Amino acid sequence: MHFFTHFGRYLLMIKGMFTKPENFKMYWKELMHQCVEIGIGSLGIVVVISVFIGAVSTVQTAYQLVSPIIPKSTIAQIVRDTVILEFAPTLTCIVLAGVVGSKIASELGNMRVSEQIDALEIMGINTKAYLIMPKILSALIVIPLLVIIAGVLGVWGGRLAGSLANILSKDEFDKGLLSAFVPYNVTFSLAKAYTFAFIISSIPAYYGYFVKGGALEIGRASTSAVVASCIMILFADYVLAAVLL
Amino acid sequence: MIELKNIKKSFGDNVVINNVSAVMEPGKANLIIGTSGSGKTVLMKCLVGLFEPDSGDISYDGKDFNQMNDDERKELRQKIGMLFQGSALFDSMTVEQNVMFPLDMFTKDSYTDKLKRVNEVLERVNLQDANKKFPAEISGGMKKRVGIARAIVLNPKYLFCDEPNSGLDPQTSLVIDKLIHEITKEFNMTTVVNTHDMNSVMEIGEHIIYMYQGQKEWEGTNKEIIFSKNKLLNDFIFASEFLQDAKDMRMLEVKGKIANDRNMDDLLK
Repeated sequence: MHFFTHFGRYLLMIKGMFTKPENFKMYWKELMHQCVEIGIGSLGIVVVISVFIGAVSTVQTAYQLVSPIIPKSTIAQIVRDTVILEFAPTLTCIVLAGVVGSKIASELGNMRVSEQIDALEIMGINTKAYLIMPKILSALIVIPLLVIIAGVLGVWGGRLAGSLANILSKDEFDKGLLSAFVPYNVTFSLAKAYTFAFIISSIPAYYGYFVKGGALEIGRASTSAVVASCIMILFADYVLAAVLL
Repeated sequence: MIELKNIKKSFGDNVVINNVSAVMEPGKANLIIGTSGSGKTVLMKCLVGLFEPDSGDISYDGKDFNQMNDDERKELRQKIGMLFQGSALFDSMTVEQNVMFPLDMFTKDSYTDKLKRVNEVLERVNLQDANKKFPAEISGGMKKRVGIARAIVLNPKYLFCDEPNSGLDPQTSLVIDKLIHEITKEFNMTTVVNTHDMNSVMEIGEHIIYMYQGQKEWEGTNKEIIFSKNKLLNDFIFASEFLQDAKDMRMLEVKGKIANDRNMDDLLK
């Protein structure tokens, strides 16, 4: 199908979500359920990757900074800014595109193929609002929180690796961590997190919601959703960097 | 009552429904029958609004469905119950939660009242001990009965059943047919059943529409179908030699050429 057809249908899907809920309590329940699914469900992988990314950043930055005139605390500054600006939001969200995106696409795809979405429609429920909106909202709530956790753990991982590998002491790391800190970087990181959260939730929802066929097509939709989400994350990453920095 | 007037529906160049008109009467099981690909599922999906017909009118108790705004359609849909071919139960919910879902969404009743209603309908479909089971833990026939329970929990005026007997053994099919028939009478619902199960046709077919290549080929009752001279219908209904013989015997019986209380063993000799 033509790109513009997909894009138009995607926009109509987003527009279709904005209706009055049939029962606010049920929507709230679904929102909370999705927050747990996306947030708690992804916490483990986020913790693991962020600690290791921070650790690797410290080791590799130290490896590249060979000049004796550059103080070791600079490593901490570089690790801090790299983690906050790029690794925490972008890398975490690319991993989440795989974890959360494939889950959203396959869940909705399975519901479509097994006629569960039709069953909801026939009951008079706006399925775009009931099934997609809570997923997008919960992603917008929990993914920025996961990015903050990733940022903190990334820096902590870097500090730990620095001392364990005798690259720099914890005091030196802390000194570098606190010097020349730009609070705007955190704002920028959160702007990325919100943008990526929307991409991670809405694109797989589109692929899953409109799937046609059977199990094979659900798998294909899930893969396409992850690929499209990753590409859009990288594209948005560049656009945000160009516009906001 | 549901009235269809000149319904047409195409997918690209493929005309799936061509000028179909019919009246689905209340308190009766209205059966849409036909071979695979004859357009009966598409017709049913047009009826419930899952597909928009290219032309023609569908009216529910005189109100044109195509002219209704979103709120009116929502209101109408709360009066519609549907049993899907694959039951379409929510996998992550128990039987009780599945049946309670429409009540949770559309009523403000207390949990106790909702549970009471759920137990009532589950009892009605003979599923008293399955409340806490998940769809994956129950049989196909039980799933269909849960589907029926969910469809009738809000006391709908219209009940749609898409291939209610597909994948079921003949005995369970009979149970489902009887259940649909009884519920239809009990609540005076307008029931539309989409099937190609001949047992259903003979058991509950008070009003039958035979679809052939997207068109209404024949309309009548289960009493009339056996005497129909429509070749396409006869080829479909009495597809096997056994059924053809059964029909011939019935015709002879009616004409008085063989005794009504015939002994099958004698006839088969």
